[in-house]
Amino acid sequence: MATDVVAVGVRRRRVAALSWRRLFSHSSFVVGAAIVAGVVAAALLAPLVTSYNPIEQSFRDQLLQPSRGHLFGTDEFGRDIFARVVYGARIALIVGVVADGLAAVLGVALGVLSGYFGRRVDAVLMRIVDVVLAFPYLLLAMIVVAILGPSLINAMIAIGIVYTPQFARVVRGVVLQIKEEDFVEAARAEGAGSLRILGRHILPNILSPIIVMATLTVGYMIVETAGLSFLGLGASPPTPEWGSMLATGRSFMLTAPWIATFPGLAILVTVVGFNLIGDGLRDLLDPRLRGRQ
Amino acid sequence: MLRFLRWRLLQLGPVLLGVSILVFFGMHLIPGDVAQLLLGDKGTDADLQRMRHQLGLDQPVYIQYFRFLGGALQGDFGESIRTRQPVIWEIEQALPVTVELSLAALAFAVVAGLLIGVLAARFPHSALDTGSMVGVLVGVSMPVFWTGILLLIVFGGILGWLPLGGVLDGSLTVRRITGAPLLDGVLTGSWPIVWSAGRHLVLPALALGATAMAAIARMARSTMLDVLGLDFIRTARAKGLAERRVVSRHALRNALLPVVTLVGLQLGLLLSGAVLTETIFALPGLGRLAITSVLARDYPMVQGVVLIAAVVFVVANLLVDVLYVYLDPRVRYQ
Amino acid sequence: MKRVGLWVGLGLLIVGLISVGRGGPAEAQAQKTLVIAIGADQTGMDPQTVQNNESGFVMSTIFDSLVNYRPGSSEVGPGLAESWTVSPDGKVFTFKLRHGVKFHDGTPMDARTVAEDLDRAINPNNPCFVPTRKGVDTYDEFTFGSVKDNSVAKMTVLDDFTLRFTLPDPSAPFLSSLAMIWQGIMSPAATKQYNCDAGQHPVGTGPFKFVEAVRNDHITVEANPNYWGGRPKVDRIIFRIVPESATRMLMLERNDAQILADVPPSDYARVQNNKALQLYKQAGLTILGVAMSNDLGPFKDRRVRQAMNYAVDKDAINQGLYAGATTASQGMPPVLWGYNKSVAPYPYDVAKAKALLAEAGYPNGFSTDMMVYANPRGYNPIGGAKLGEAVQSYLTKVGVNVKITQYEWGAYLARFRRQPWEGFAIAGWSGDNGDPDNFLGDLFEWDIANGRARTNNTSRHHSPAFDRLIRDARRTTDQTKRAALYEQANKLLHDDAAWVFMNHTNQVRAARANVKGFVLNPLQMFFNMELVSLE
Repeated sequence: MATDVVAVGVRRRRVAALSWRRLFSHSSFVVGAAIVAGVVAAALLAPLVTSYNPIEQSFRDQLLQPSRGHLFGTDEFGRDIFARVVYGARIALIVGVVADGLAAVLGVALGVLSGYFGRRVDAVLMRIVDVVLAFPYLLLAMIVVAILGPSLINAMIAIGIVYTPQFARVVRGVVLQIKEEDFVEAARAEGAGSLRILGRHILPNILSPIIVMATLTVGYMIVETAGLSFLGLGASPPTPEWGSMLATGRSFMLTAPWIATFPGLAILVTVVGFNLIGDGLRDLLDPRLRGRQ
Repeated sequence: MLRFLRWRLLQLGPVLLGVSILVFFGMHLIPGDVAQLLLGDKGTDADLQRMRHQLGLDQPVYIQYFRFLGGALQGDFGESIRTRQPVIWEIEQALPVTVELSLAALAFAVVAGLLIGVLAARFPHSALDTGSMVGVLVGVSMPVFWTGILLLIVFGGILGWLPLGGVLDGSLTVRRITGAPLLDGVLTGSWPIVWSAGRHLVLPALALGATAMAAIARMARSTMLDVLGLDFIRTARAKGLAERRVVSRHALRNALLPVVTLVGLQLGLLLSGAVLTETIFALPGLGRLAITSVLARDYPMVQGVVLIAAVVFVVANLLVDVLYVYLDPRVRYQ
Repeated sequence: MKRVGLWVGLGLLIVGLISVGRGGPAEAQAQKTLVIAIGADQTGMDPQTVQNNESGFVMSTIFDSLVNYRPGSSEVGPGLAESWTVSPDGKVFTFKLRHGVKFHDGTPMDARTVAEDLDRAINPNNPCFVPTRKGVDTYDEFTFGSVKDNSVAKMTVLDDFTLRFTLPDPSAPFLSSLAMIWQGIMSPAATKQYNCDAGQHPVGTGPFKFVEAVRNDHITVEANPNYWGGRPKVDRIIFRIVPESATRMLMLERNDAQILADVPPSDYARVQNNKALQLYKQAGLTILGVAMSNDLGPFKDRRVRQAMNYAVDKDAINQGLYAGATTASQGMPPVLWGYNKSVAPYPYDVAKAKALLAEAGYPNGFSTDMMVYANPRGYNPIGGAKLGEAVQSYLTKVGVNVKITQYEWGAYLARFRRQPWEGFAIAGWSGDNGDPDNFLGDLFEWDIANGRARTNNTSRHHSPAFDRLIRDARRTTDQTKRAALYEQANKLLHDDAAWVFMNHTNQVRAARANVKGFVLNPLQMFFNMELVSLE
């Protein structure tokens, strides 16, 4: 599986190869980084970028076409879509960070426990992971949201849980390897306890695969949370979340297509940016994964 | 091969069991009383007691689980709170539509993806190659629900070439054999049905398969490039074989393997994407049923749909794995 | 090689285009067939064992009950019983059955055969006893009482055409419950023949006979020429199962269906603007409102509750949020008999609201909580959260600050029905048997005997005058007297303002203009289809 190969490719030696200089000489990484930087900037500087309020309704300005005054047009409540897309970037980035963070934390916990303690613990935990993987991601997310109730936070939790198995598998792979390395054996011979070994030797080594994994998946997490919102299981109006904007835009598909077009474009651009960064990272860590350029 | 199959089938059991446990307990974490949910706004205390007894809620949890499992194995998931129809009936209605959509999307993704990938590999670094790779990047990043809406706007709205949703034209009814409109049209030999169902299937299949197509194209291109540089290909060329033959007979077979793996990885995305696609194109499939049920808090239905979908997914994955091993017996799984 | 494929493909294409042009299958019927498009399949057609709408639609053409609803209303009139008497204490109902009526399978309809069918509703020793059967949804206990609580009715066959029921307590609504389609009379021979479950082989006494049911496709019933209510004016009715509402609409426009059982609000204009079609609209047997805790907080004072009603602009909410799919409410559905026509919904009057609040001692308003849920309900298609927000913004204008808490539906029900909540809560109800007691009694009556609110009286409304009226109305079976009592109760309820009454969701159907004699029934069933004709 692709994810396991990532783990194989990451050894202590290679971490040194992950230098900034090499990254920035890689063209797609640069483009991706630029895009993501743009999204982050838009999110942080939102009030400077647009003077409109993303949730204020104005019944005089309903369904206006894109123009000088409204770059992306307005929606059925008269709200400026450009403003909503820009403020929506904030939400998208928060979603990415929270869902990714949750998946990483849970994944690390599961992967470390599994890889380090091995045998029975490993067997049980990995079966649980198999069960979770037996669900198409959206169905699993729906169960979680069905239990917790629809809201943006719950959608983020749901997506985080959905991605935990991937993180867990990668971490487990790395831990399994590192466990056999000489310096770990040496530390154990010296009498170091499990915690110490975990903290000093294992954790630092799983940092870079986690970062790579996180970058590879953050784009998808944003899209999938947007998907949940689109279905009505995530953010609720008037939150300017890109997915729920697409949902409302659907009703005006034929009469005001700009309402659905621009949020979708925003999702696309953001995901492309993160994917390019992720691709760049993966290429540099182990070009064998990608095949010929 | 047989040993592998046996091993995988053995694995199937515990996984499905785990799935059923997750689904059962998931629904048990729902806040509130399931019996009251079924009664809705009505019900005296006596009615509640009766309902709880009928549902077996006064039994210990593990007995309830076995009741659920027993029922599930017989296909009995109880009654939908929303429609009061048997859950299994609603699922029977919806499943064939989803399967037909998914297969159509998969067919499109594999055929188009392979075509693009192989052609790109054939003419590396050409305009075609770079162009298609950019397209692939975009394709992999496009959210399926946006793709669907865009296709609808352009082909359904602006150009008006294809219908705006649904499975068949309004006045047509097809005799239900399998429940999949296109297939039923073919089986009943009704050309108008086949034509109408086909037209309605085009956009959803394109939207759903776009991401998979992009991923397959990228994978096909890179494996083809690898294979084309190998010795036996050089030998074939040296022997004087036509380039086309070289590509199709020798290189393609070897390039197929990773594509099969990729299809396996894409299955989950495909089924999830089906939920979104069915919502956009108003297709009466399993995905849309799932969403409507979650939104209406129709928990018996959610339980049934998720369990059936997970089973279908696990079985589909198994089939893909079997296919992979069939294509390359050298592979031995750990 | 390839060329042949190309030509074959072209040929197929041409053939296909030609056949498309020919259009759908031609139905050259000498018979008059009425096609009704419904959204889902029936799940069984044995009246006592199902509760879903689609089954009800079909059963209402096949069965009669002891008493039937009068056409287009929820008032009870003769059915299989041509007359009945009630004892002065209101507990004994004696029915005189019609002579010369036969079930569709030839079994004669008389007191013995009817009793045989109803026995499975009340006699636990009956091998086909319904209430304890697994997998059935039944109204039997709702109608006849429960064996467990010893409140079940006793049935006696007095002679060939006289049937008597003795109830433990006087209850006039018993008649309304008997009229429900869920108490349609099935031929006992059929029940016996199919081992207690004649659900797929229904045999009744109604205007139409069951012919066939093809799963997920259609159900056909044909006219019963010997129907006691008169020969049906159409020869056949086909219920076509079409899950997509857009498809159903197209079918109606092309005359592939003549009646639609359900029309979404977005299609109202389309039907109304089409001369060949007609829209049928009626306020439904449902109610939606914002309940107030009648016994806790500022809401103890009636003036405060009335102020809340004046403070909210119901028409704006009904137009804006519900897009015209509802009718404003004054406490009772207008389609229900006993509705007091002289009582109108509270108008929007902010000044009056403020004045009342000041009078009650809250010149500066007050703060309180509101419970809402998110999911849609039959009586509330847009869900509770949106309604709550809209009401909240109106209440702010009169100084009442509302904090909204959203609960998941299950948790909501638990709190709303079982806990002494205080403040506002979204509340709603849909009627079962078309009797005013099922609305006014269930929702607002105080159970004097047990010293607490009735189970569904979640606002804990308590008005002794109101309770007296409801109790008296239950004890008399004189229709006129009952109607008068309920009209008074309606006025009292309105003045008491137990809820902020919001609206009733309309029942809307569409039909071809050449369908005559079709009347909507508050119970939403296809009763009296023998009166419908196709011009």
